[in-house]
Amino acid sequence: MRNETTTASADDSAASSGALSAAPVMGRSTATSCFHCGLACNDGSFALAEKSFCCQGCRTVFELLTENGLENYYQLSETAGVRVKQAASTDQFKFLDEPAVRERLVDFANDRLTKVTLHIPAIHCIACVWLLENLFRLKPGIGQTQVNFPRKEVSITFENEKLKLSEVVGLLTSLGYEPELKFSDLQSDRSSKTPRRLWLQLGLAGFAFGNIMLFSLSAYLGLDSANGPAFRKLMGWFSLVLATPVFFYSAADYWRAAWVSLRQKLLTIDVPIAAGIVAIYAQSIYEVVTGHGEGYFDSLAGLLFFLLCGKLFQQKTYDRLAFDRDYRSFFPLSVTRKLERRTPIRRDGELARAGSETGAPGEERVSLSQLALGDRLILRNGELIPADARLVDGPALIDYSFVTGESEPVEKKPGDYLYAGGRQIGGAIEIEMTKAVSQSYLTSLWNQDAFRKDKADTLDNLTNRYSQRFTKLVLVIAIGSAAYWAFADASRAVKAFTSVLIVACPCALALAAPFALGTAVRLLGGRKIFLKNAHVVETLAKVDAVVFDKTGTLTAAGAGSVTWDGASLNEAEERWLYSMTRHSTHPLAVRVGDAIAREHFPDTVRSFLETAGCGMEGSVAGNEIWMGSQAWLESRGACVREFGPPSPRPSPPGEGARIQSATNTASLAAPSNDSSAGDSGRASHVVTALPLLGGEGRGEGERSLKTPQGSTVHVAINGKYRGCFHLASALRPDADKLIGQLSNDYELALLSGDNAKERERFASVFGTKAHLHFNQSPLNKLGFIHELQQRGRTVMMVGDGLNDAGALQQSDVGVAVVENVSAFSPASDVIAASSTVPSLGAVLKFSKDTVRVVRAAFLVSAAYNVIGVAIAASGRLSPIVCAVLMPLSSITVVAFACGATTWALRSGKHGKSFAKDVESKVSHLNYERASV
Amino acid sequence: MSIILVLIPLSIVFAVAFLAAFVWAVRSGQYEDTCTPSMRVLADEPMAKAPLRENFPTNKKVNNDEP
Repeated sequence: MRNETTTASADDSAASSGALSAAPVMGRSTATSCFHCGLACNDGSFALAEKSFCCQGCRTVFELLTENGLENYYQLSETAGVRVKQAASTDQFKFLDEPAVRERLVDFANDRLTKVTLHIPAIHCIACVWLLENLFRLKPGIGQTQVNFPRKEVSITFENEKLKLSEVVGLLTSLGYEPELKFSDLQSDRSSKTPRRLWLQLGLAGFAFGNIMLFSLSAYLGLDSANGPAFRKLMGWFSLVLATPVFFYSAADYWRAAWVSLRQKLLTIDVPIAAGIVAIYAQSIYEVVTGHGEGYFDSLAGLLFFLLCGKLFQQKTYDRLAFDRDYRSFFPLSVTRKLERRTPIRRDGELARAGSETGAPGEERVSLSQLALGDRLILRNGELIPADARLVDGPALIDYSFVTGESEPVEKKPGDYLYAGGRQIGGAIEIEMTKAVSQSYLTSLWNQDAFRKDKADTLDNLTNRYSQRFTKLVLVIAIGSAAYWAFADASRAVKAFTSVLIVACPCALALAAPFALGTAVRLLGGRKIFLKNAHVVETLAKVDAVVFDKTGTLTAAGAGSVTWDGASLNEAEERWLYSMTRHSTHPLAVRVGDAIAREHFPDTVRSFLETAGCGMEGSVAGNEIWMGSQAWLESRGACVREFGPPSPRPSPPGEGARIQSATNTASLAAPSNDSSAGDSGRASHVVTALPLLGGEGRGEGERSLKTPQGSTVHVAINGKYRGCFHLASALRPDADKLIGQLSNDYELALLSGDNAKERERFASVFGTKAHLHFNQSPLNKLGFIHELQQRGRTVMMVGDGLNDAGALQQSDVGVAVVENVSAFSPASDVIAASSTVPSLGAVLKFSKDTVRVVRAAFLVSAAYNVIGVAIAASGRLSPIVCAVLMPLSSITVVAFACGATTWALRSGKHGKSFAKDVESKVSHLNYERASV
Repeated sequence: MSIILVLIPLSIVFAVAFLAAFVWAVRSGQYEDTCTPSMRVLADEPMAKAPLRENFPTNKKVNNDEP
C-alpha cells in the first residue's frame, strides 16, 4: 500500500500484515511480546499478572475483556489483538451525533433502536468476529451485532436511550477496531448489490423444472395407456400451474430486457429468448386446454433454470472492491477543526470543548460536510488536505504524489496555497479553507466529460452482435416453414412456426458468453486481478494500445535497493539502527528498517524523538543515535563526509512539531529475503527491500540529500558520522520484460506526472516507437488517451493514483494497480495487485483466448440449433425431443465454455507466468482471497 | 394406480414446503455472506443471544437500501 492512502487504510494494512508477518519474528511465547497484539514490548512497564503489554491501550483492552468474561478472545486466535493506536475520547466522534451525519450513516432507526453498519478494516480473524458479536457483554445498550467477514463490516443495533452513535464508535475504537469513516459514506447511498431477487427467480425455476419433469415422466415413457388421456390431461394442468409463476416471475428480467432492446430497434439476445419463451408457453397452454397433449412446460422451466444459472455465474462480484470510487472515498469523514478563541460558543451554547484525540483544548472533530469557508483546520502527520486552503501555521511538507504523480514532496511556507488531496508529512500544521470541499482543484477533475458517460453495460457485446443475424435467420425460417405448411398441410402451419421458435430459442447461445467470461473473471480473481464485470474480458481482447503510468505502476513502491555507504557497521550497531527505525512510520525509515531487518530483536529505545522534516534521535543501549538528513546532522555537529556543502536550511532540533512514536511497526516485520547479506562486516552491502505496504520509495520527507539515484538517510552514532543509506527507486521486477513482450503487438505509451530526469532510462526500456511523456497533468493524461481513441485505438490504461483517475475513466479498460486490494483505488475496470503487473501481457492474451472460446461455443450451440430447427421445420417436434435437446445443448455448451477457458489459462505461456506469481505469494494470496 | 392422485398432491405439498424454506433462507440474507457463519461455529462457546434480538425488526425490514 502506498503511503498516500488514508490513515484508516494504513491501519488496515498494519492490522493485516501485523497479523500475518509479526508472528515469525516475534512469537507470543516470547516474554517481551505484547499479550494482546503480539508486537514487541519496549520494557515491562505495562506488565500485568505475568503478561506483558506494549502499551496502555492494549492493557486496557485486556482488562476490559477479562472483566467481562471474554478471555476466550485470546484462545481463538494467536494474533487476535489489534494494537490500539490511541485512547479514544468521546469527543473525538462527537460529529457523528450531528443529525445530518447520523442520518446518512445509520441503516435504520426508530425512537428506541438504531442499526448501523460500519466498515472495520482491522477485522482479520475468528476472534475478531467472536469479540464483535459479543459486544453487548461489554456495554449495556448494545443489542445484536453481526459481522460480515468478507466485507469487513459489522452491523450493530443499539438502544438510543443508553448509547449514542459516537459512543458506539468510540467503544470500537478503544478496542482497536476503529471504523473507517469516509466522506463518501455521506454522499452516496450505499447500494446493496445482493442478487436476492435472482436467487429467488432461480429457486422458483429450479423447483418448477424438477417437479414438471416428474409429471412429464409418464409422457416421456408413454405410460398413459392404463389410465387413458384423463391422467395425461391432469398432469398437463399440474404443469401449467407450476410453470405460470416461472413465466411471470422468473422470466421477468427477460421481458424487460427484450422490450428495452426492441424500443432501441436492436435485436439483442433477449429478443429471441423472450420470443421462444412466449412461443413455448402459448403452444403448451393451447395443447393442455384443448387436450392435445401436455405441452413443453418442462422445457420452459428448464430453459429459465439454465439461463438464470448463467446469469448468476456471470454476476460474480468482489464485495470489498469498489470499482467506482471517486475522490470522496479518498477523503476521511472528519477533520480536526480549530475552535476560534474569539467565538468560543459554537453550537447549543456549548463552550469550547476540551478536545480531540490528543486532548488538546480548542479543537474539535467535525464532519467534512460541516466545514465552511474560513475554517481553520489542523492537520497532523499523514493527514489529507480536504479542500484548497492557505497555510497559516507551521512549515508544511506536502506530498502530492497521489494527486499529481510528482514524487517529491513540496515544502510550503505560511501564506502559501495548498491544494486538496495533498498529504502532510511531518508535524502538525494549521490551514485555513479558501474553497469548499466540492470546488477544489482536485475535484475539478471529476467534472470532466469522461466522468459523465457511463461506459458500463453497453449492448454492443459479442453475444448481441451474433444475435442480430441469428434472430433474423430464425424469423425467416419460422415464417418460411409456416408458409410451406400452410400450403402443404394447413393444420401443421402454426405448430411448425412455434416449433421453430421454441427450438431456436438460443439458450445455449446465451449461456456460452456468461460461462466462458464468468470463468475467466473467476480465474483472474484467484490471481489477484479483479475485473469489474464479465464484459471487461471482451474489451480486453480488443485492446491494441497500452498506456502506463510511471510512478507506482512501473516503478515499485519501496522496491528499490537500499545500499549502505560508509564505515562498516557491526552487528550491534545495525541492531540499534533497526530498533530506531521500528519507531517511525516515515517511509524512508520503514524501508531502511526493512532492509536491515534480520534476526534482530529490537532493543529498547529511550527518549525517542522524531523531528518532522529532519530526522529521528534516540538512545539505544546507552548510545545516542541520530538518523536523518545531512543538514540536520550537520546542525548538530556531526561532520558529514563525501557530500557537498550543507543545504541552507539548518533546522534546530525540536523546532518542528514532535511526533512521539505512537505508530504501528507491523509492516516492518515483513520477512526480509536477504540471507546473503547477513554478513554485516563489509564496507558496503546491498540488500533488496521487499515491496512493502507502507513505504513509497520516492524522495520524501526527511529532507535528505537528493542524490540523482534517490534518497539518502544519514546516520550518526554518539555524535560521530557513520555513513548513509541510499534508497533507489526501481523498476518493478519483470516490468521491462512485460514492455518487451507487449511492444511487438501493441502501441505503447508512458505518461508520468514526474519530471523527465528518467527519460533515457525509460526510452531504453520502451524502445523507439513508444510515446514517452513527462510532466503530465491529470488532464493531459486524459487528453492523450482521448487522442489515441480518436485514432481508432482501443486503449488500456494502467495507473495507480488519483492523477490517473481521468485517464483510467477515459480509457476503454482502466487498470488500477494497488499494493493492497482493499486500499483506495480510483475508479477503474480492473483492480490488479501490484505483483501482477508483469503478467498483464498474459492477461491480454488470455482474454483473447477466452473470446475465441466464446466463438467456438457459439458454433457448438449453432450445430444444435440446426438439428433442432430441421426437426421443427418439418413439423414433427415432440415434447420428448425438446426435453432431450434443450438440456443436452445447454450442458455441453456450459461444459465446453468453462473447460476450454480453464484450459486456455492452465496451458501454454499464460499458465506459467501466472503460476510463478502465485507460487511466490501463496500465503499472501490465501489471505487476500479470504478478505475479498 | 389411483393412489397416485393422492401421492402427487402430497409430493407437491412437500416440494412447496422446501421452496418456502428456500425463499425464507434467501430473504433472511443467508446467501449474502457464506463466509462468516463458517467462522462463527469455530468459537467453542456458543454465542449468547443479545437481549434486544426478539424485539428488533428482522434483517430484511431494517435494510432500507433494498431496492
